[in-house]
Amino acid sequence: MKMNATRDAYGQALVDLGAKNKNVIVMDADLAAATKTGGFRKAYPDRFYNAGIAEGNLMSVAGGMATMGYTVFASSFAMFAAGRAFEQIRNTIGYPALNVKIGATHGGISVGEDGASHQCNEDIALMRVIPGMTVINPADYQEAYAAVMAAAELDGPVYLRFGRLALPHLFDENYKFEIGKGVQLRDGNDVTIVATGLMVHEALAAADELAAQGINARVINMATIKPLDVDILVKAAQETGAIVTAEEHSVIGGLGSAVTEALAEACPVPVLRVGVEDTFGESGPAKDLLKLYGLSAENIVCKVKKAIALK
Amino acid sequence: MTESRKQDLARVANLVRQGVLEGVFNAKAGHPGGSLSAAEVMTYLYFEQMRVDTANPKWDGRDRFVLSKGHAAPVLYATLAQRGFFPAEELATLRKVGSRLQGHPSMKLCPGVDMSTGSLGQGISAAVGMALGAKHGGSDVMTYTLLGDGELQEGQVWEAAMFAAAKQLDNLVVIVDNNNLQIDGTVEEVNSPYPIGEKFAAFGFDVAEIDGHCYDALEGAFKGIVKNGKPTAIILKTIKGRGVSFMENNVNWHGAAPNAEQYEQAMAELKGAAA
Repeated sequence: MKMNATRDAYGQALVDLGAKNKNVIVMDADLAAATKTGGFRKAYPDRFYNAGIAEGNLMSVAGGMATMGYTVFASSFAMFAAGRAFEQIRNTIGYPALNVKIGATHGGISVGEDGASHQCNEDIALMRVIPGMTVINPADYQEAYAAVMAAAELDGPVYLRFGRLALPHLFDENYKFEIGKGVQLRDGNDVTIVATGLMVHEALAAADELAAQGINARVINMATIKPLDVDILVKAAQETGAIVTAEEHSVIGGLGSAVTEALAEACPVPVLRVGVEDTFGESGPAKDLLKLYGLSAENIVCKVKKAIALK
Repeated sequence: MTESRKQDLARVANLVRQGVLEGVFNAKAGHPGGSLSAAEVMTYLYFEQMRVDTANPKWDGRDRFVLSKGHAAPVLYATLAQRGFFPAEELATLRKVGSRLQGHPSMKLCPGVDMSTGSLGQGISAAVGMALGAKHGGSDVMTYTLLGDGELQEGQVWEAAMFAAAKQLDNLVVIVDNNNLQIDGTVEEVNSPYPIGEKFAAFGFDVAEIDGHCYDALEGAFKGIVKNGKPTAIILKTIKGRGVSFMENNVNWHGAAPNAEQYEQAMAELKGAAA
């Protein structure tokens, strides 16, 4: 089976984008090999700038460059982009609505062995609270590639979250990605699983397991967390009556919160959240950590049954 | 510089100071001290140094200015108004609901403002990004940014300085308004940034340290900027609250508005000085 991390797609998309659009500038903070911006650096060295280990400066410089008419991709690990440079993103990219794309790799607990200091389970919460910020967390290689291309077409700030872990390809070249649109991957009327990022894979596995047990679960891939596709959520709430969210992020502030907020106002139904509980991670192989912290099909199945019982 | 040109600039700077007070008085809030200390350099920049087009504020070929010490917004607005970017009457709307003149500058709202600022240490980085962008595109646009001396306590200033020198941004001019006072006291008492010039020199800048209220000194420093692969730092020795006797060198006027009586006195002093 073909396996790639979403960060690989980011790297490839930047190279392809660079060939089409001379206005694209890529900046990094000494992590080009890991964030995969290194491919762009190699292909277009004159359009790549390394800010060194100074993420705050990186984000504000990116903002300044964007005012000169460039589309600037600014990259680091999610922890140091959304985390360390939150206020620079908020004030020198978000507030002036500048055309900067924050390419944040190594999101979530699947960073693995580096441990809690590098496992950013808070970035979606931090980014979606910034007015006007588009937040995208793609599920596989193809979606990540398409998301980069779509972000480049959008005039304004975008936060793109990519992962370190290699994942199976879910989609092929015919997959249509649209910013702000959820995609129904599986139909079902007993419950809806709304997943984002690598948890889409677990959601599909959970749906298979549930089907074997006679429960028909709808599965929605919610790559764009902001702006949120409220229509598809309301329809799912009306037609299935219970929701389980699944994300590789804290259960506080991310997709689970966004879905809960939207449905509480538009169509209240039980919503249970699968994500990292209110705790820090630890070192270990990514796949072990995902299981250990409940980011698994098994946990989704368990929450689905609880959600249905609350209907 | 001819004496008559100096008198012209002094007259404008005096009107800029009046505009600062008018804004802060009407808003009943704002930062007069660090605005008044920068009236000469702002006037010099917008009336002598920078290429701008008031009819086309977003003109690509304009020189850029970033008020990194964004709390000195009143002096930026008063200067832009004097230069003709918007009517001076608008200065009275400072900090009011619906005004284009936000408490700290917004590039989305105010014509002539090139970058939204207010969070210290970030404006200089944005200016570095502009200078990098200009250099990248082969443009001769210059970028100027004005920092406070207390602002130098922000680590990001030095991230930006290191990067600017490493990228050989000789189209970047970092100006420091060294009025020696910040909210909690003198900059030395709080957390000394001195020696400022030596720090910028060590970071790879060409450095000039001058009297920030003297047009000959300003002219010498700005005309002395050379394209030698190094960014420039101009450290201005200034007096906080300059031009209003009871505000000069008084830290209490960092972020406070005058009452009606104080406003009348301040305006009388300035108008008297202009006469």
